[in-house]
Amino acid sequence: MKPLNIIGRAQYQEIIIPFLSIVTALIIGAVIIYTTGANVYKSYQGLWQGAFGKPRAIAETFVITTPYILSGLAVAFGFKCGLFNIGVEGQLYAGAVSAAFIGYAVRGLPHFIHLPLAMLAGIVGGAVWGAIPGYLKAKTGGHEVINTIMMNHIMLKLTDYLVKNPMLDTQASIPRTPYIQETAYLPKLFPGFRLHWGIIIALAAVFLIYFILYKTTIGFEIRTVGYNQNAARYAGMNITKNFVLVMAVSGSLAGLAGANEVLGLNYTLPAAFISGYGFDAIAIALLAKSNPFAIIPSAILWASLRNGAGLMQVRAGISIDLINIMQAFVIMFIAAPKIVRWLYRIKEGKAKAEVVLTKGWGK
Amino acid sequence: MQKDYYRIIIFSGLTLLLNLLIIRFSFNFPKEQAVSLMGFGTLGKLSMFTGRSIRILGCIGLIGSIIPFVKKFNRYVNLSFFTTAFTTVSAIILWAAVGSLFDIVGLLDLSLRLSTPIVLGAMAGMLCERTGVINIAIEGMMLTSACIGFTASLYLNNIWIGLFCAILSGGIIALLHAFLSITMITDQIVSGTVINILAVGLTGFIRRSFLLKARLTRTAILPIIEVPLLSKIPILGIIIFTNQPIVFLMMGLVVFISIMLFKTRWGLRTRSIGEHPEAADTVGINVFKMRYLNVILGGSIAGLAGAWFSLETTGSFDDMMTNGKGFIALAAMIFGKWHPVGAFTGGLIFGFFDALQIIFQIKNIPIPPQFLWMLPYVITMIVLAGVIGKSIPPAAIGVPYRKQ
Amino acid sequence: MNNESLSLKGIVKVFPGVVANDHIDFSLGRGEIHTLLGENGAGKTTLMNILYGLYTPDEGEIRINGQKVQIKTPSDALSHGIGMVHQHFMLIPIMSVAENIILGKEIKKSGLLDRKKARNKIKELSQQYKFDLNPDDLVKDLPIGTQQRVEIIKALYREANILIMDEPTSVLTPQESEELFSILRSLKNEGKSIIFISHKLKEVLEVSDKITVLRNGKVIGSVEPDKTDEQQLAGMMVGRQVILKVDKNKMDRGAPILVVKDLSVNDQRGMKTVNNICFTVHEGEIFGVAGVQGNGQTELIQALTGLIPFQSGEVTIQNRKLSGENPREVTVLGTAHIPEDRQKYGLVLPYPVRDNLILCSYYGKPFSNHRILNFSFIAEKASRLLEEYNIKAPGIDTITDTLSGGNQQKTVVARELGREVKLLIASQPTRGLDVGSIEYIHKKIIETRDARCGVLLVSPELDEIMSLADTIGVIFKGQIIKTLNIEESTKEKLGLLMAGIYK
Repeated sequence: MKPLNIIGRAQYQEIIIPFLSIVTALIIGAVIIYTTGANVYKSYQGLWQGAFGKPRAIAETFVITTPYILSGLAVAFGFKCGLFNIGVEGQLYAGAVSAAFIGYAVRGLPHFIHLPLAMLAGIVGGAVWGAIPGYLKAKTGGHEVINTIMMNHIMLKLTDYLVKNPMLDTQASIPRTPYIQETAYLPKLFPGFRLHWGIIIALAAVFLIYFILYKTTIGFEIRTVGYNQNAARYAGMNITKNFVLVMAVSGSLAGLAGANEVLGLNYTLPAAFISGYGFDAIAIALLAKSNPFAIIPSAILWASLRNGAGLMQVRAGISIDLINIMQAFVIMFIAAPKIVRWLYRIKEGKAKAEVVLTKGWGK
Repeated sequence: MQKDYYRIIIFSGLTLLLNLLIIRFSFNFPKEQAVSLMGFGTLGKLSMFTGRSIRILGCIGLIGSIIPFVKKFNRYVNLSFFTTAFTTVSAIILWAAVGSLFDIVGLLDLSLRLSTPIVLGAMAGMLCERTGVINIAIEGMMLTSACIGFTASLYLNNIWIGLFCAILSGGIIALLHAFLSITMITDQIVSGTVINILAVGLTGFIRRSFLLKARLTRTAILPIIEVPLLSKIPILGIIIFTNQPIVFLMMGLVVFISIMLFKTRWGLRTRSIGEHPEAADTVGINVFKMRYLNVILGGSIAGLAGAWFSLETTGSFDDMMTNGKGFIALAAMIFGKWHPVGAFTGGLIFGFFDALQIIFQIKNIPIPPQFLWMLPYVITMIVLAGVIGKSIPPAAIGVPYRKQ
Repeated sequence: MNNESLSLKGIVKVFPGVVANDHIDFSLGRGEIHTLLGENGAGKTTLMNILYGLYTPDEGEIRINGQKVQIKTPSDALSHGIGMVHQHFMLIPIMSVAENIILGKEIKKSGLLDRKKARNKIKELSQQYKFDLNPDDLVKDLPIGTQQRVEIIKALYREANILIMDEPTSVLTPQESEELFSILRSLKNEGKSIIFISHKLKEVLEVSDKITVLRNGKVIGSVEPDKTDEQQLAGMMVGRQVILKVDKNKMDRGAPILVVKDLSVNDQRGMKTVNNICFTVHEGEIFGVAGVQGNGQTELIQALTGLIPFQSGEVTIQNRKLSGENPREVTVLGTAHIPEDRQKYGLVLPYPVRDNLILCSYYGKPFSNHRILNFSFIAEKASRLLEEYNIKAPGIDTITDTLSGGNQQKTVVARELGREVKLLIASQPTRGLDVGSIEYIHKKIIETRDARCGVLLVSPELDEIMSLADTIGVIFKGQIIKTLNIEESTKEKLGLLMAGIYK
């Protein structure tokens, strides 16, 4: 029996490497700050206070955590089936556009129908955008990495076109869609804070994905395909179906993240809406080693870095791009644990099997 | 067999519809009034009746899209694909040129120029992948070297040193990729992603911390060189022999790498490692050394591509200025079947659509620019789906080599 | 001493958990064919990889012509005149014969490859040994036997004096093997020394000048072929008297279970490798398919089990026609499948044993209900199978990857035979296993037959087919060219048939 594995039974090895990766990345960040002549202490103090200094800051951190959990989960779910979904960014847009459209264009529905409908639209939008590269992978062997990157670019332009033309709010001063109906609002959690019910939905999604992956035959098939496609075919599993399904579910999680942003936070979709969640999502999933529950702390960490970076810039004059650099280093250390082991003289643990992603282009 | 059937249905089905539309559309032009002028540089102009010309092209395209459905003509499937693609594009150009002059030479010149970073990037990827290392970090390598090259050029006040630094920085970033994927046996796609993210952070950081605070934010760009005598040849003189240095280097590299890869010892060894590293190892070839060498060489070429953006085109550096060209380069490489000449052809096609899009915008053609921007990405996906021929990658690609 | 071209002294190589070579001494005379005999896993290949510089020994010394040498890389080995023909050829399929041969020792002219000179040199060498190679052919278009000759020329081109042949006959027909032996003899007459690796007793006795037997990484002894026989060698090889014959009752043939009619299958490259094949497997019968590897066996099995589509023909299992390319359909009809490559197809190595035991039954009741897995039932069933099939694993949660090859294969067998079956399709079920596991699996196959199932057995090991099968079909170029009863088949007869020679 696989016990409910949050962190409790995870081995020391599995915790120590991610932890040291983060520490090392912070040290590298400190070195960079130092070389540019800024004050390291002041910078990191700003980073911390920006993220957790005040209740409002904490609430804001969790506002960012919401899409991070969902998009990180989207990438992790793909990993479990051996698929590298770099297309979370595009799927998130697809979800946001669809949710925004249902949000403002449909009128006269009661709240308990309109809101779920708008969210469903987001989920379906993301699912469709994710399923296409899944289908192409299964049927033509076109590698999902390139296809999802291409779909990101296509979606970016498509959103730009839609928001500036058919969906444009002609009265607005900036190019954006009309505001959504109040019946489609995702309610706030606490009055006075921007934090909304999206975070609860995201946490629920974590449990749902865990359940699907480890307790159902669907998840058993997905994991089998992820580990060994030949064995999966031998056991009578349908690879095409699994690829399309996983990419669709992955896309729908991303789409839900996009819908949340529109329905819970902005109430509109501006043309200049650049989330950058896509690449962060990869980092979150890698840091969590694709474990659904580990996605939560991983997402909180990333959100706090993003949220704190603003105050860091104000206090110490350090560009927020530093966060991206540190992020790259965290993934690097996670992906090449030998470096961390060598740095901190940690002995090699029992090798744990991981899903191999790189199998070359095409078939 | 079945796969072929799919692509015929999808591709020919689409072109069939498109060409029917084109023929229908051609009747919108009054017979003798609508005239399209095609400019051919110093050779003069060609005037054509728009409606009739489009109709003829449409009919040829229609035949081209029917042929694949006939079993007897199975051999001509690819030929008819290309014919159809050619006539369709020509019809669109004719339509765009109605009532005004359309400079074909200018279009081709611009295509070659815009294809430069794509071709270079594709060759960079090819060098890596021919030794069996997947490189999705071309984008990141290009972006980094665009930034470093520009920074060096700005601070050292010498554009040639800037160019050199760009190439060098490409090589250094590639060294990181080599270290991670060859020595650390990291998943090669993850390693590429690391570099892509690092490049965004690093260049953004350098730009905001240094470049924006610098006195100048622009430098000169690399000069246009006219090859003596050859540049006087009509049409070709302008398209090929009058260009900036990186365009020339690109064309030179295509020839040079083709020779290197297929006629020299280095090439034979490189290809053998990409196909069967154990076999290369057993005859005494150092697989690790060769992989490092090729990845770094590839990175340097990507560095050259990066310099094209900042030093040859704009004389400045902007966030994300490579704009996904590194990924399109990857597609050009796959399209070109891991061959330098193929990469060149693939790059030219993408460059052509880029150029077309720019000219359409200048000419105010009523197609939303967003759709033209999308075009290269859509084409890439179609290419990847294997609609236009099958590409077989080197056999050992993506597999780290382990000894013992 | 003067006549010794190579000697190994006290070679030790330890891999995590295994002593692959334990103080091995070995000496090779000039102009001698010296066989290293041993079971799979006895340490033969490890020793040769040490000699060829692919592994570094932990202890011991290597002398060539009396000189102590260090061999750290294959280039060192090559420069000392050691050449190796690997069991899996080290050839690049998409390159030409010439490119493959010159790789690593290229002839250059003003910086470029001198293909003309290389071509002439290869033609010269190939004429000298009557090999008839065309330097411009692509390796992938050549038959296996010819590919092997390319490998030999590759070593000769590097002026090898010591030639290591690692299991060279495993891919050849008996007749092709004869040709290879005559090549080896002519090389010997030119003064080359040859190390011949094999586990096939007959051919070893035929070709060797001297035989050294390895077992569990140790040298058991050296003998000369005219002073020994098969029984003694077998005893040395496995450490006890082996029963070369499997005990079984006479076949009691029942109704047809698997009927294959005019089946044609293409391989990955679209070549027709199974060509209008016809045969029938009955209840209570073991139908053995004998043949040299690469005559369509792999595609035949994959098509029958639904892994790849078939182009034409008809397959019926228990009177139900297969729709093709649907492994689930085949399983549901009561078919067990022991695949040729257990690690690639049969198992998900990172999974616990438990998950591998339910890999083909997870989707149905009582393993799952409405797509929710029933963990208590799964655990119970897995524990039962673990015990019943004698799988040596600490528990059902043990990661399959950590099990020995024999226990991995037992896991596959347990899963496949642990449910209701009427037909067993087994492809090379004992490849790379120790003698104990081989005996166990052979016993299980016979038991399955005696339980009124049909068994289709494919194996390139003629001995295995001959000791298990009731009916033998010989496959050649994708066709069953002859079907014989076990009583009427002899090794010689089968050998000729496998080479495509029949009346």
